[in-house]
Amino acid sequence: MSEHTEHSESGIPVKHVIGFIASIVLTLVAAYTTVMSGLPVPWIIAIIMILAVIQAVLQLVMFMHIAEKNPIPQYGNILFGFFIAAVVIAGSIWVMSFGMHDMDMNGGSGGGSGEEHSEH
Amino acid sequence: MWDFIWNDFLVTGEPIIYGAMASIVLATVGIVFVLTYFKLWKWLWDEYLTTVDHKKIGIMYIIAALAMLFRGGVDALMMRTQLALPNMNFLNSVHYNEIFTTHGTVMILFMAMPFIIGLMNVAVPLQIGARDVAFPFLNAFSFWTFFFGAMLFNISFVIGGSPSAGWTSYVPMAGPELSPEINQNYYLLALQLSGIGTLATGINFLVTILRMRAPGMTLMKMPIFTWSALITSIIIIFAFPILTIALALMTLDRIFSTHFFTLAGEGMPMMWANLFWLWGHPEVYIVILPAFGVFSEVISTFARKQLFGYKAMVYAMCVIAGLSFIVWVHHFFTMGAGAGVNSLFSITTMLIAVPTGIKIFNWLGTMYKGRIRFNVPMLWALAFIPNFTIGGVTGVMLGMASADYQYHNTYFLIAHFHYVLIAGTLFGMFAGLTYWYPKMFGHKMNEKLGKISFWFTVIGFNITFLPQFFLGLMGMPRRTYTIEPEWMPLNLLSTTGAFILAAGFVIFTFNIYYSARYEPREKTGDAWDGRSLEWATTTPVPHYNFATIPYVNSHEAYWDMKETGATTYDESKLEPIHMPSYKGLPIIMSAIMFVASFGLVWHWFWLAIPGLLGIIICMVIRSFDFDEGYHVPIDEIKRTEEQARGRKE
Repeated sequence: MSEHTEHSESGIPVKHVIGFIASIVLTLVAAYTTVMSGLPVPWIIAIIMILAVIQAVLQLVMFMHIAEKNPIPQYGNILFGFFIAAVVIAGSIWVMSFGMHDMDMNGGSGGGSGEEHSEH
Repeated sequence: MWDFIWNDFLVTGEPIIYGAMASIVLATVGIVFVLTYFKLWKWLWDEYLTTVDHKKIGIMYIIAALAMLFRGGVDALMMRTQLALPNMNFLNSVHYNEIFTTHGTVMILFMAMPFIIGLMNVAVPLQIGARDVAFPFLNAFSFWTFFFGAMLFNISFVIGGSPSAGWTSYVPMAGPELSPEINQNYYLLALQLSGIGTLATGINFLVTILRMRAPGMTLMKMPIFTWSALITSIIIIFAFPILTIALALMTLDRIFSTHFFTLAGEGMPMMWANLFWLWGHPEVYIVILPAFGVFSEVISTFARKQLFGYKAMVYAMCVIAGLSFIVWVHHFFTMGAGAGVNSLFSITTMLIAVPTGIKIFNWLGTMYKGRIRFNVPMLWALAFIPNFTIGGVTGVMLGMASADYQYHNTYFLIAHFHYVLIAGTLFGMFAGLTYWYPKMFGHKMNEKLGKISFWFTVIGFNITFLPQFFLGLMGMPRRTYTIEPEWMPLNLLSTTGAFILAAGFVIFTFNIYYSARYEPREKTGDAWDGRSLEWATTTPVPHYNFATIPYVNSHEAYWDMKETGATTYDESKLEPIHMPSYKGLPIIMSAIMFVASFGLVWHWFWLAIPGLLGIIICMVIRSFDFDEGYHVPIDEIKRTEEQARGRKE
């Protein structure tokens, strides 16, 4: 609309195309590493995590204009985004371990809860 | 070939389904005939199918939502009929499973969601003094992906068979081993398709509200419905990607034999429940917060008072948005996670009652010493408060993990969430539709019919769902297709209530027709003595909304303007108005997506792959579309405004 600033003078949005192609390449590399590389599992996990972080940063810069000066900086939403990402990942791992991971670490104190669990 | 069509492609062998097929064919023929006979095809294409105008898109969303409410309501009546007496033979178990699955999915995703998005489309740009949303093309695209997603889901009951694993679609039940037919694929792809539209809507409204407000309107001077739309958009943006991923993973499991959620191959079935509710719980707040916004507007307008505790309302919504993401495990306490997990999620669940309680008291505070007008929108708001509170209090009961082991998957739960969703969301949508109806169509809905439909709905609703709390406590499980004899009296009562509730909806729909024919035309533009900017526009609203955009000093911008006598037409400040052009691409692109999804449902890659190519071609066409829209010349604005305002006197 009228307040919508035009970001490209030339017809082709170079930044977006580079970002798009780079994202696809990074994803293919991750898929190759996981499916076909035959590396040990810890290596695979480390590599795909690094690739994921690179891709996240790439998309923030290429698509989300995070490096540009914004008249209304969205710190609140960005922080909320990190909060949600942390909740989804850490929360899922914790919940899907059924909360049993802590109990193993604590040894004896977890025994009581473990019994309670087995009742159901 | 014919063998395949008769045995697998079409659903056969059920008289109800044949009836549905016949009615679909008849309705389609009828619509095509009317459009052709009255030569309306071109009008339909030019005015609605290609529109990017937020007001028209909002109306289309609401029509679709009402149609889906009818469909989901028929499902509900069929279920209630089957459960009225023990040993009923109205539906068999398979058909019953399909019906409760489609009822839940349709009501949440294809009724509640488009209804709230429709009202947001109608009201938000007008409330903030904008001429359209930030991305009008994307807005049209959102609508059409939703629409075709809903159609894809709805054809499942005559073509191929409906999904039958519940609206939560839990694995392993919904997985490839236990549901080898294509039914579940409809669920996955229809939700995926309409989810694209919802996510785009969230982004669209976030940007619209942050970037396109009238001069002077700081965030704390926005009308409260706009605030609720902003918070809802933020929740949509963070919650819907989780659904997208979960659906994609299950689609891979079902169509490409991966093992994300299967026990074989080290998958994790409960991970589906986890991801589903990571989206599903915020989704509950996505459908309730806009209803809260509507009630705040309605109560303030009809109590003729400023909203009590505006800031507290805003902060309460922000807290709800944050908390909505950290309670999801309460949907599967009985999974058997350790005491630590269940305790934490019990506590966060109960915490949500605090900001919600603050809002309840703010609404009561707004009404205190107000001069209340009992118009239909206000009646819905008044009925909402006690009924929703019953839903909320029983929610706290369910939120206690240890007690939840007793209530889980019983009719107590069913009664709880219907009290929240019907008394909250549906009453809110009816209130909002009646409230903004004069702005949308140029006439009010008939008050008398509105009140009759209101009483039928509220009484029918309570007769339907109050007994279900007790049925739940008596041990009646959800998703059962036969009942025990001792549950009969309350079930029969509940079924009676369902038909009264349905009568309320029929009267509501009849009211739309009746009002269009007989209600006096609305001429002032300010039908309810309103307080926010949408009432400052003339009725019907010109396609550019505001000839000149007023300067805003408070969250009741129009109330201030009425005091100073200002209008949205200041001749000295007129400038040509930049507007977006109508586009056919959104509907074409969404139709191609529908075809591609249909291909994937049936594992027909010869159809899915060309479909996906078609989508990419559409994206390329859109990328090289340099149409910057057009400018409405000053003369035309003057003519439109003087005609509209001249009519006022």
